[in-house]
Amino acid sequence: MSMINAIVAAVEQVTPLVKHFTFVKEDGSKLPPFSGGSHVVVSMDIGGRVHRNPYSLMGSPEATDAYHISVRKQENSRGGSVFMHEHVTVGMPIKITYPVNLFSLAKKGHKHILIAGGIGITPFMSQIADLNRLGADYEMHYAFRSPEHGAFVEQLKKSCSSRLHCYIDSQGEQLDFKALLGDQPLGTHVYVCGPSSMVTVVLETARNLGWPERHIHNEQFLSPPVGEPFNIQLAKSNIEIQVPADMSMLEAIEAAGVEADYLCRGGVCGRCELQVLETDGAILHNDHFLTDSEKVSCKKIMPCVSRANGKRLLLDL
Amino acid sequence: MASTFKKETFREDYTYSNSAEAIKRFPFPFPEDQYMYSVNIEPHVKGKVGSVCEFTFDVDEHYVAECLDKKITLEQDPGRYQALPHMMDAQWDFLELTMESLSQDYPQHFSLNKNGSVWTWENKPLGIKDTFTFGDSSTLAMEPFDYMGRQVQGDFVLLDHREETLFADAGIVTSQADWSLAFNVGMSWREWHGPVPRATELGVMDRALKHLLNLQFGSPVRRLNWTMTINPRLDTSPENYPQWGGDRNAVNADNVSDLVHLRVELQTLFRLPRSNAIMFSIRCYLINLKDLSTYSRWAKRLHRVQKTMHPDLIEYKGMTKFHPLVVDWLAKFDDGAALDVGTHAE
Ligand code: FES
Repeated sequence: MSMINAIVAAVEQVTPLVKHFTFVKEDGSKLPPFSGGSHVVVSMDIGGRVHRNPYSLMGSPEATDAYHISVRKQENSRGGSVFMHEHVTVGMPIKITYPVNLFSLAKKGHKHILIAGGIGITPFMSQIADLNRLGADYEMHYAFRSPEHGAFVEQLKKSCSSRLHCYIDSQGEQLDFKALLGDQPLGTHVYVCGPSSMVTVVLETARNLGWPERHIHNEQFLSPPVGEPFNIQLAKSNIEIQVPADMSMLEAIEAAGVEADYLCRGGVCGRCELQVLETDGAILHNDHFLTDSEKVSCKKIMPCVSRANGKRLLLDL
Repeated sequence: MASTFKKETFREDYTYSNSAEAIKRFPFPFPEDQYMYSVNIEPHVKGKVGSVCEFTFDVDEHYVAECLDKKITLEQDPGRYQALPHMMDAQWDFLELTMESLSQDYPQHFSLNKNGSVWTWENKPLGIKDTFTFGDSSTLAMEPFDYMGRQVQGDFVLLDHREETLFADAGIVTSQADWSLAFNVGMSWREWHGPVPRATELGVMDRALKHLLNLQFGSPVRRLNWTMTINPRLDTSPENYPQWGGDRNAVNADNVSDLVHLRVELQTLFRLPRSNAIMFSIRCYLINLKDLSTYSRWAKRLHRVQKTMHPDLIEYKGMTKFHPLVVDWLAKFDDGAALDVGTHAE
């Protein structure tokens, strides 16, 4: 996978839990242009272990002097966000992938309803820039815990003006999904990014109201869950690897020096799919990519988020 | 890379020919004696110096003549260029990719100067020089995709990525091989890739689609495809079948090596950055059997591939009528000696 050598140009605390990072290219040239909704995967070297986390690009796709990401500190995560918060400082070199878009706008949509919960606002920041540039009809619905957690409200007010609707939980403001989605013109698309409970409600509400599946979009990167350690065997490379409790299979494979494909590292894109040749235990599928019947058949696994609990898991790699 | 461009035609008197240099760099597509339909996608990285993959877009000795032929086809049938309104971002992505690559790879022929969003483009071989504002279509004489599509050899289709598939929502198609469906703007991947015998069953198309949906900006891919065409004709479109379909009847044992051309398509796919669309380019290379047999290795291999070809594929590629003549003509080169794997000429 081609990587970009970048440097951290600025770090800013935007809410008690969210930091905003600005990256520029190491050689001073412009970064590649991208489309609204894109993310990059940031590589971090944490005590000799390479950690890779996907983050949405927040800046305007037009302004490619710098890339912007925001990271919410997840205290009980495996350390990627904590590392970003505590160890990444201005001037540090950092490796990122080329932008990838798994949450793109439907260009033929007549109207776009954007729904964000908390840090889920990030992919919409670049989408809004695209929507404004194209003169598209949209509404931005942004729900967050309390006023101090409303990252980017000021910025959004400027870019969306009257299209912005905020819902502050601590002030008893609730977003009524049914009312919102029940009253939209034909040809409207809905996009949601936020906590999984919110994504589920939006998807279910839209489906129950009869929205066509292709008009419903969500981005829900999973972070690799922590689990029990287990062993895997790679058939082509002819090695056995232990996957520690706090590492994903993909990370363990990479740490063993074996090249593996990936794009999202969050169980969404399908790129990392591996064929299971043999297994004597259960596969703990955590991805959003495989169909239910594929999950049951245990012939495929998405190593970026899924795990296993047997002694033997022979993979075609 | 060509420094002089030939005057030649791809229709009527067919004066098209390949120089010794062009024969040597021909993208021969058969690494093995048996042909299997496969997706054979590989990264579109820089190839050997002088090869057709040395640069992002190959500009060869046929450049000027091919652009002229494209112009004729577009004049006769303006519908060969189509673009749906939501593809405007992809159009500018295309313009940027082609202008930047050409000016970087062939500075003696093309130049691009940027002054903020005001760009000046010069194409010396075609005598074009224009200044325009990037992103503002009103500053160009035609739509950006049309404008640059005419200045690069090959066909181009811009695919919109939505609903877990790809839609061919813009295209400039003037050198279409006869085996494909008539190109219709708005077609989905499945409609466009109709049933390929032996490929559909193998799930090749589905796998290719899955791969393409994950295509990444900065990591383009390529593959070769092939067929055979009578006369060096670029426009073998279904629409114009009456103009070229009958040529197949003219092939006989005496003229087979002059008339029958191996037609190789270098297909490349790029993810475009601003639009998240995919650019599919199909660049056509033509060589008659006589020129191809300059290298006995190629003649031998082509003989073996053609001899063992499945009849369904021969039919699908529209070669049934003249195929036995091709095999017979090539037979004299084949001494049966084993050939190593690879497409090299010598
Ligand atoms: S990398 Fe995207 S699903 Fe695993």
